[in-house]
Amino acid sequence: MRRIIQPVVLILLALLGAASFARLALSRGEPVNAAWMLTAAICTYVIAYRLYSKIIATRIFELDDVRPTPAVRLNDGRDYTPTNKWIVFGHHFAAIAGPGPLVGPTLAAQFGFLPGALWIIVGVAVGGAVQDFVILCSSLRRDGKTLGQMAKDEIGAVAGYTALVAVLGIMIVLIAVLALVIVNALKSSPWGIVTIGLTIPIALFMGGYMRWIRPHRVLEVSAIGILLLVGALYAGRWVAENPAIAPMFALSGRSIAILIMVYGFFASVLPVWLLLAPRDYLSAFVKIGVVIALALGILIVLPPLQMPALTQFTDGTGPVFAGKVFPFVFITIACGSISGFHALVASGTTPKLLSRETDARMIGYGAMLIESLVAVMALIAACVLTPGIYFAINAPVGALGTTVQTAAEAIRGWGFTVSPAELQLLAHQVGESSLLSRTGGAPSLAVGMAHLFSGVLGGSTAMALWYHFAIMFEALFILTTLDAGTRVGRFMLQDLLSHVWAPIGRVSWYPAVVMSSGIFVAMWGWFLYQGVLDPLGGINSLWPLFGISNQLLAAVALCVGTTVIMRMGKARYAWMTLLPLAWLSIVTLTAGWLKIFSDSPKLGFLSHARMLGDFVAKGALPPGVASVEAARRMMFNDRVDAAVAAFFLVSVIVILVDSIRVWMGIISGRVSPGSTEVPYIPTAAYQVETLVTHSATT
Amino acid sequence: MIKQLVAGLTGVARAIRVMLGAPDYERYLAHVTSAHGGCVAMSRDEFVKERLESRYSKPGTRCC
Repeated sequence: MRRIIQPVVLILLALLGAASFARLALSRGEPVNAAWMLTAAICTYVIAYRLYSKIIATRIFELDDVRPTPAVRLNDGRDYTPTNKWIVFGHHFAAIAGPGPLVGPTLAAQFGFLPGALWIIVGVAVGGAVQDFVILCSSLRRDGKTLGQMAKDEIGAVAGYTALVAVLGIMIVLIAVLALVIVNALKSSPWGIVTIGLTIPIALFMGGYMRWIRPHRVLEVSAIGILLLVGALYAGRWVAENPAIAPMFALSGRSIAILIMVYGFFASVLPVWLLLAPRDYLSAFVKIGVVIALALGILIVLPPLQMPALTQFTDGTGPVFAGKVFPFVFITIACGSISGFHALVASGTTPKLLSRETDARMIGYGAMLIESLVAVMALIAACVLTPGIYFAINAPVGALGTTVQTAAEAIRGWGFTVSPAELQLLAHQVGESSLLSRTGGAPSLAVGMAHLFSGVLGGSTAMALWYHFAIMFEALFILTTLDAGTRVGRFMLQDLLSHVWAPIGRVSWYPAVVMSSGIFVAMWGWFLYQGVLDPLGGINSLWPLFGISNQLLAAVALCVGTTVIMRMGKARYAWMTLLPLAWLSIVTLTAGWLKIFSDSPKLGFLSHARMLGDFVAKGALPPGVASVEAARRMMFNDRVDAAVAAFFLVSVIVILVDSIRVWMGIISGRVSPGSTEVPYIPTAAYQVETLVTHSATT
Repeated sequence: MIKQLVAGLTGVARAIRVMLGAPDYERYLAHVTSAHGGCVAMSRDEFVKERLESRYSKPGTRCC
């Protein structure tokens, strides 16, 4: 019976999914309901999970529960611990879900909802989830080796070292751009800055509580922490509504940038139990809570999408970021569809927890599908705003001017309508003095979420609380990525620098810790500060760099995956990873090339520098630039950005060439495939063997 | 009945802690006593410190 029902259900889901896609794609003029996007996504996920991931599970890796996993074989009660599959799923999802899938889709909404939705939904099924699953299985068969180690062992030393350096570069750009998102959300916002600022003493209190008052009571202290967060939300409102003290907390972008750098430095040098760990617990709860709340909000309200399916900005003239829909939608969406960073998680803690090989399918492929669903929801939240309001929040000052009048005028010029009074009213409703040019995606997502939540609970009077709640949640978990990332980056830097000067590699020698933390913070801090000063908003140049770097890491992961598959003698299935790899290579190389060499000063770093140089040479000031020094500084930044993009491009090419060399060798028979998997020992035999060795030693 | 409920809740709490990535000392202790009878286990404080230091020192525990 099951054999008949299952295919019938899948066929019905396929038809429903196709109908939903058609509804989305063929909408012209009238708003489409968000339910169609959710249906299209969920139908695709179910079919991809049932059919596509099955090829990886049964044909490529032949996952086998009789084969003991690293957690079973190497159980040490610490890293390697066999764990229930649902718990591993929760752990893995909490580790891969970050701000990326929320920010990327929000920015990509400038093309309309369709390009973003298609890439999130299709890209995850054939790209992101495949990558996560294949890397998880590869690591699972190699005692939980990391991506870097596998790149070295499977492809070669060149690919391995390139991957290592690239990861460090990616972390720098990632942290800088995330910090910039926070700066833009918090500048001149006393409510925001007080609420977020208070999360730091709250975390310190939690750390101290777990250390001295009630040791190791993680859940108890998290519950207290969440209550304190609610208090922080109200404290922020109290400050914002108090004209005597509010101006003291209306900080400029520069001040906030410096505060974030100081914070990052301390997070990296202070003991982890004091700041990092408690923040992480808090952030995980808030993250999961908000994702569920967002899902409920969308399901209950089922809002119509105000954004058209496609805007005229697919031609590359958009104000949020420059570039045409190809290749830039694929760069901008980033983590919601495919994220190289997940390969680090899938070859990090997760493979050391699985108790059965077959669990890998739900965790590797399944968790990524849920991450993609979060991205779809973020896209919906951005598209429930009218295009006028969306662009007022997301376009930079350079495009909108500084008043609601100039902004409304500029937006009218793009063919959307919004009145100055509407913009004023919305800012007032969310408790801010202005929402104009709060670029970076977080504020517009917060407005979208406040719009949804207040529709369910509290009405328009609760808008301001919901808005700041959403800002708090985004800032909280962006800061958690930032502080943990700074610490990890510091360790990686120490590791790299120790090849030059051995003492700096000592992780518990204080001068080395302080110095390497300082260097690493300075590296991302530099990009952050330039982004804050940039009249084009910084997000404009930094987010594409982040997107390119993240897709580069995905390309590395797919190269490793393909090599693993070929070495197993399964070259006939290598198309599963080669397909997304080919697409990502095309996208990354095209986007990187355009960002460096495009003739349009809006898009290309070098031509932008040239344009500024021409102004300066004529003795004039470029529009929006205050002084000649500022123009020169911007030219220098453009060239640095171009160099960073070039570094990422060269890395992709090096790794691709190195991998192709190995693949050709395997296919032609010159290189012996020689799988580096841990040899297969079935559980029964494994148990006998352990018993024998145990009795032999005792 | 109440015993079962308490046991159930303890299990849920433990599952949540593992998902959060908090150190699981009970499991470690059980492992050390059952598999390595002769070894001396770390104290709870030592274990928690060691686990947290390890968690925040390498990439692969979190993502963007």
